[in-house]
This record gives sequence, C-alpha cells and structure tokens, in this order.
Amino acid sequence: MDWFFNFPDMSRSDLREFKKTVDFAFTDFSRTYGQSIEEFFEPLLMFLVWFEKLFINTPWPVIIFSILLLAWIGSRSILIVVGTFLSFMLIGYFGMWEDTMSTLAIILVATFLCIAIGIPLGIAMARSNKVQAAIVPVLDVMQTIPSFVYLIPVVMLLGIGKVPGLIAVCIYAIPPIVRLTNLGIRLVDKDVLEAADSFGANYWQKLFGVQMPLALPTIFAGVNQTIMMALAMVVIASMIGVKGLGLPVLRAISNQYLALGLMNGLAIVILAIIFDRVTQKFGLRMQKYRNEGKD
Amino acid sequence: MNSKNILIKVNQLYKIFGDGDKSALDLVKNGMGKDELLEKSNCVLGLNNINLNINRGKIQVVMGLSGSGKSTLIRHLNRLIEPTSGEILFNDTNILNLTSKELIQFRQNNMSMVFQKFALFPHKTVLQNVGYGLAIQNISKDQWSEKAQKWIKRVGLDGYETYYPGQLSGGMQQRVGLARALATDAEILLMDEAFSALDPLIRSEMQNILLDLQSELHKTIIFITHDLDEALKIGDRIAILRDGSMVQDSDPQEIIMNPADEYVSDFIKDINRARVIQAKSIMTPTNTKSSGATVKEDMVLEDILQIMSDAPSKPVTIENSKGKITGKIEMVNLIEGMKRPKSLGTNITG
Repeated sequence: MDWFFNFPDMSRSDLREFKKTVDFAFTDFSRTYGQSIEEFFEPLLMFLVWFEKLFINTPWPVIIFSILLLAWIGSRSILIVVGTFLSFMLIGYFGMWEDTMSTLAIILVATFLCIAIGIPLGIAMARSNKVQAAIVPVLDVMQTIPSFVYLIPVVMLLGIGKVPGLIAVCIYAIPPIVRLTNLGIRLVDKDVLEAADSFGANYWQKLFGVQMPLALPTIFAGVNQTIMMALAMVVIASMIGVKGLGLPVLRAISNQYLALGLMNGLAIVILAIIFDRVTQKFGLRMQKYRNEGKD
Repeated sequence: MNSKNILIKVNQLYKIFGDGDKSALDLVKNGMGKDELLEKSNCVLGLNNINLNINRGKIQVVMGLSGSGKSTLIRHLNRLIEPTSGEILFNDTNILNLTSKELIQFRQNNMSMVFQKFALFPHKTVLQNVGYGLAIQNISKDQWSEKAQKWIKRVGLDGYETYYPGQLSGGMQQRVGLARALATDAEILLMDEAFSALDPLIRSEMQNILLDLQSELHKTIIFITHDLDEALKIGDRIAILRDGSMVQDSDPQEIIMNPADEYVSDFIKDINRARVIQAKSIMTPTNTKSSGATVKEDMVLEDILQIMSDAPSKPVTIENSKGKITGKIEMVNLIEGMKRPKSLGTNITG
C-alpha cells in the first residue's frame, strides 16, 4: 500500500539527471548559437541605444513640447494636455527626468514591436480557425507563466542588457494586441461582409476596407492594453539590465527606501495614465461615425 | 417563353446543410423529406430539386415562409452559398464552374444585391457606400463618385452624401442599399427581402421607386419576399417555395386563380381578390363587342365593379393593350371571380 500514501514519483537521481540533461542541452544550445543570436539582435540594440540617447540628450523643453503636441493630436483635449504638462514638470522636478526618458524609449519601441508583430498575427488568427487553435495556447502560456521563468533562458542566451529586457517586455505585453485584433475582426457583422462579398471584393479589399476599420475600436483597446502591460513590466525588466524608472524601484525594494519606491512607482503610474487617456481618446475619435446621432 | 429570353436557368439544384451532405443527397433524391432527413442524418435540407427559369428584364419573385429556402436560393445565384448539386446557367455559362477570380469578376459586373438588413458599411459615408461596388474595381475616385452621385440623386437622397448610414432612417438606408446595387450597372439585381424591414408606408413607397426604376432600366430582378401583396404588386412571375421545394412557379394571376396546393391556397386566402384579379383572368373569350363599357384586360375587378354598378345588366367589353376585343364580363362572372374558390375553404358560417 505504499503507492497509496506516497506518490509514485521518479527517483531523485532520475530527476536530477533529467534536469541536468535539459540544462546542458540549453547551455550547449546557447554556447553554439548564442553568439549568432546576439549578432542577429545587434542592430536592434544599436537602435535602442540610439533611441534612448535621443530622448535623454534632447533638451527637456523640446521633449515636453513634442509630448504635449502628440497628446493634443491624439486626444484633442485641453484637459489631457494640461495634465500631461503638469505631470512631466512634476516628474522632472523630483529628479526622475532621465529615468523617465529611458523608460519612455523602451516602452515606445516595445509597443511598436508588439503592434508590428501582433496585428498581423491577429489577422492570421481571424482568417483561420486552425491558426487560432494553434496560437491561443501559446498566448495563454505567455500571459500566465511567471515572468521570471522566461527571463532565465533569455538571459542565458543574450546575457543582461537592453535587448533581453525588450524581449521580456514584448513576451509579456504582446498577447492583448493579438487577441483583440483577432476578436475585433471576428466580431465584424457577417451581413456587412456578405455585402462586400456580393459586390466582388477580394480578401484584401475586405480586410483593409471593411474588417480592419470596423475592428479598429477593439484593436485600439488591444494597443492600449499592450502599452499598459509593457509599463507594468518595467520593474521586472530592470532586473536584467534595463535602465529607467524600474531600477530605482528595485533599489528601493532591496533597501526599504519608501520614498524612492513611491516616487518612481507613481511616475510609472502617471506615464500609464497619460498613455491610456491619449490612446483611448484617439481610438474614439477614429470612429466618429458611431457617435454622431441623427440631426 | 422562348429560350432566348431566359437569362438565368437553375437546374436540379440541391442544397443540404451539415456534415455528410453527399450521402444525404442520395436520401433526398430518393424522396426523403426535410423532417425525416434531419432526424436520420442530422442534415438540414435547404433546397430540394429547384428548377427555375428567370426571364431577362423581368421581376421574378420568390416567395415562401421563413425557413422555406428562399434566401438560400438567392445566395446560390451569386454563390454566397455553394450548392450540394445542380447547375446554374447564366447565358449558358455555369456559374458554379467559375474560378474564384472569375467569380469576383462576375459579382462585380453582372450581379448586385440588396439586403434585408441593409448591410451598409457603417464606417463609410453614403457616397462611399453607393460607390463601393465601383471603388473595388479600381475605378478612379472621380469616376465612381460621379456615378454614385447620380444614383444618390436618382433614389432621392440628394444632399445626404456625407452622412453616415447610422444617421439615416431605415427607409433612407435602404435607398442607399438600392443605389449601391444599381451603381455597378449590373444586369441582375438580387433583392433579399429588401423591403421587409421597413414599415408599411415606406415599404409601399420603396416598391413604387423600384417599379419606377424598372420601367426605365429593365433589369432582371430576383425579388425575395414573404409578403403576397408585395409579390403581386411587383412580380412578373412568382415562384413559391416550401421546405426547400418549388411548389408553384407561374404568372401572378395564375397563382390566385389556380393555386397548386393547400400551401399556396393558404398563402392567398387573405388577399383582397377584387383588388388583384385582372379582367383577363375571368373573362369569357369572344371577339364581338358587348353592350356595356369597354375596359382594358389588365383592369382589376374592383374597378370593373365600379363601372358596372351603373349598368349592372350590360356586360363589359374587354380589350387588350392593342385595342383588340378579347372577351366580355358579366356581373355573374365578377361575383364568381371575387369569391374564394371552393378548395380554399370558407370562414363564413351560418
């Protein structure tokens, strides 16, 4: 009856052997290909460094002015622009300007990458049920697996630095944009698609002329969520060498600096709120046909 | 009707929804009905051996209750639905053999469609909606917007070009739908319960717009409806579907005078016969002039009654559109014509 009370697990030595095999296999893999993978990402690293420098070295009034301009173009709301101005002044006044710029740079690049990969992926999923069935479990894993777990292989392969940090952020932040692009396209009214079909529209004409425009609000919700999740990842990414607002937070945790942690944490929150409000307003403005009543 | 006038020929068309539709097809061909098929093979019988000839330049109405397969049938004509078996000939080309590229060409050039729920593009303006069929043919914007403009004007929506569909009433939206279908200059117009979602006054108005356009354009129109009054008003020919089978396909007058079975009888039970039956359907053929007034052979009984009430004993003379005398009608004929045929049963008691 021993098996009844003790789980019939594999022996300790077997288990050790198993883990060793996996570890060695991956170490071998990273020894063999690590160099070439790193070289593959070299241009991305150069770009990241350049982009971050651009943000840090540009005089702060120019940056603030550009950000306010973008906020205005995106939201057309005085309230949001004024809020953005005050927020950035406050961040700068408390000495977090440089860190904020670093964070901004990596968030923008991460968001851009996620959109560039995520939207086509979402379109492919919407087109075929098989593709959807294959990708959904992958997204589930990406969203639920603790970030630290995939940090291990990423760091083993690429070491510590901006690129592995960016990859970690993207793994965490890409699922919403993929999911919501897929969902948005699938939710487009079948009647309207049938109409497009009946007039002889081909696949691309339907995609770009009907499905994407009508899915835009949903896709935009995905972009919004992706940005939010990228920001949430900033602290964890700083553990593997990404500079920015996450680093002081990390320092604050290990040293119990309450004020430092709070300040930088709140700066991240402020960035998140600004991004969120501006993108949401922009999303709303792009579908004005929904909001206009009869007149 | 000689075969030159036939534009679309539907031959032995079957559609079975569900898995294993090929084996179910054999069951249906051996005479299995809709309910039995559903029970035995879990397949739904959509269309059962449909044969239909659609004449060039005429309005062919397809009628039936919901679930009778009429919307399924119309979607076979532009292959929004693929049949299980059968053929659809358009000018002797089998539409079902078109490659996907040819099919797109065919839809762009030969057929356009108006939908029950309008199915307008909510993110496009009225102008862009109407021009859609042309815009996707890579026609320059100047050209398609000019053409779209013309049709917007023709359906009476001048000035609404920049509006979005959501800002228009149902009737106006369907005018946009109609203009969108007409803008491609397709020879065939498919109308899937196009006016069913509109309220009665607007519906009648749209029917008049359609008839008015048709008298000028002479398109081949396939019009789906469940409303007999509508069918009688606009149809040159009416086909009646029941459970996916064709029950009757004939001249509207023929349907009222000689319903093929109980189902059709049920359909026509409640119509106002005096207002739809025409003189030619009840007249006694003769070529001599009678003592009463002279009327055209397509005059409805109600109007003849009005004329005859002045001189009830004098039979009226009937002449055809060329003025040739073709028959006469006496008061008895009128009464006989207006009463329901015996097979229809009667609701009068006592």
